Formats: sequence, C-alpha cells, structure tokens
Amino acid sequence: MTWQSYSDWWWPYVFILLAGAFPTYIWRFIGVFIGGRVSEDSEALTVVRAVATSLVAGVIAQLILYPSGALAESSVYLRVGAALAGFLAYLYLGRRVIIGVVVGEAILIAGLLL
Amino acid sequence: MSDSDLAPEDTQMTERTPFQWFLAGASLIASIPALILMTAHVGFAGFASENGVSMLQATFMVASIWALPANIVLIGAISGGYSIVATAIAVGLSSIRLMPMVAAFIPEVRGPKTRKRALLPIAHFIAITAWVVGMEKLKHVPRDMRLIFFAGLGITLTTVNTLVVAMVYWLSASFPPLVFAALFFLTPMYFLASLWGSAHDRSVHVAMVSGLLLFPLIHTIVPAYDLLLTGFAGGLVTMAYVRFAAMRSRSS
Repeated sequence: MTWQSYSDWWWPYVFILLAGAFPTYIWRFIGVFIGGRVSEDSEALTVVRAVATSLVAGVIAQLILYPSGALAESSVYLRVGAALAGFLAYLYLGRRVIIGVVVGEAILIAGLLL
Repeated sequence: MSDSDLAPEDTQMTERTPFQWFLAGASLIASIPALILMTAHVGFAGFASENGVSMLQATFMVASIWALPANIVLIGAISGGYSIVATAIAVGLSSIRLMPMVAAFIPEVRGPKTRKRALLPIAHFIAITAWVVGMEKLKHVPRDMRLIFFAGLGITLTTVNTLVVAMVYWLSASFPPLVFAALFFLTPMYFLASLWGSAHDRSVHVAMVSGLLLFPLIHTIVPAYDLLLTGFAGGLVTMAYVRFAAMRSRSS
C-alpha cells in the first residue's frame, strides 16, 4: 500500500494519520509516561534533559551542516562561520538571542551575495 | 527573546486567572521564535507543493503531526513511492527524539495536581520550538498555571502555522533562492542562541556543545541513526561531566 494505492479522496488522510501522525505521537505518549516517573532535581531528570539537549543540538548541527533546499547550494564554511559568529555575538554582546540571529544572518547573506 | 517579557514572579502575576495565563502563553505567537517557525513553515509549504501534496493534505500534515522534520521525511517517502509501513518506520525514526524531549519537559510543565489525562493531549504540541521556548519561559510561571500557559502557547503555534501553510498555497507565494536560504538559516541560528539561554545549569551547556560536536562525527559513521546516537553519546558525556564535577567539589 502506497500513497497512490487508492484514488478515494480520504486515502491520503488515512496515510498521513497512520504513517505520519501515529509514529510521531507514539513517542510523545511514551515520553509522558517516562517524564511522569522522574521527579524534578533527580539525577534521572538530568540524564533525560542531557539526552534531549544533545538531540536538539544534533538537529541544529544537521540544519547547518547538511541543509536541504536553497541553503544546500551554499558553502559549508560560510554556514559554519556565520553560525559561529552569530553564537559568539550572542554570548559576548549581552546574551540577546536577536543579536545572535541578526549577526549570523548578516554574515550568511553577505557571503551569499559576494 | 532571551530576556523574559513576562514580569518577575513577585508582581501581580499570581493574581492572573487561568484564562489570562492561557492568553499569556498564546501571546508568545508575537515572539521571535514563533516568527522563525512561521518562516520555516513557509519553506515547508513550498516543499510540499513542489512534491504534489495538496493544500488540504499539507495543512492536515502540519496539524496532525506537528513536527517539521517528520513532515519532511513523510513527503520525501511519499514522493519516493514508499509503502505505508516503510513510511511509518522512516517517520517514526525521525520522531524518536520527541520521547526524551517530552520526558524532560513533563516535570517542567506539570503542576502539583496535574493528571496524565491532561498531559497526553498537551504532549501533541511539544516540538522543538515549543520545547525551547517552554524550557525558557515556564520557570517564570507559577507551577499550577504552567500547563494552561503551555496549552495557550502550543495550541496557538500549531493553529497559526497550519494557517501559514494554507496561506502560502493560497497566495502561491514564491521567493528568490537567496530569501529561502536566509529563511532556512533562521531556525538553526535561533535554536543555537536560545537553547544556550534555556539552560538551568552547566550540564545543559555541556550537553549542547557535545551534541553539536558529536553530530558530524556520528553522521559520517552511522548516518541512519545519527540524531538518536548523538543524543545518547551527548548524554553520556554530560553525565561523565556531572559525576566529575561532583567528585571534584567533594574532594576540595
């Protein structure tokens, strides 16, 4: 059974629910039960938080190093350099997220235009 | 956004009604992270329509799945002609990260009397943006109002981004590649700064830096499980750091 197996109007929606929504929500469901068992300030929570944070950091690295779409055409050095400069600007210019985003974007756009 | 727009806890905050807390959460739709997520959905709508997904199908995906990477994998699998089982496996693998994310989020968002029954529907709205914003903002919200505050944030984010996708289709908006490149770069740039700012303690910073550095290494060795293994490896490094720091403070 694929996306095009049935021509009925409802089939794509069933496909999205079974192959998209269910395999995504199931992990949230399990997460609620695991999260319900760990108490705040416990070491277990530090572990769970560390794993989750590393994962999100992995997503960030993925978006910068192996992007899809229009960004994939640009040089990886430009993207890493822009991200690094933006992050340093965030850290040393008052810890404001907007400053990091603006500096990173400015360097990326300048690099793309040159 | 790193500085909270919420007033400090000791002002009249505690006198707000639950509905006002819901609205306070919903009002974060006018924040930088929410705007960035909307631009990401502009990109997603373009990607979906390029792959022959209709407007109604694309909006249904955003609302029912509510995880952008899962949506992109789903459309990739559809255009690759995958079977429903193979698609579900691919999407499921891309969504495993939600399990530790939700598990870490629950202790933040639950109040003293919150039941699982109330948490299960709310968990649907936990995805990266809501997670990062929630981790940063919830500590400024009274415990018993956190769930309603997050419901306001999560439901509004999901609804508005579903509408954004419909709007892009309706306007059949398209932009030059430079604009798309700049838009796609907003998301990692924003996460980079705000994830650092959301940290409760140093362990989160260690976890973040380990994740960033380990990902490219793990990606070249086991690309299929790169994110998952990055989570575990980063978690191990962080716990080693936590143990080491505890040992050092005890001995000194």
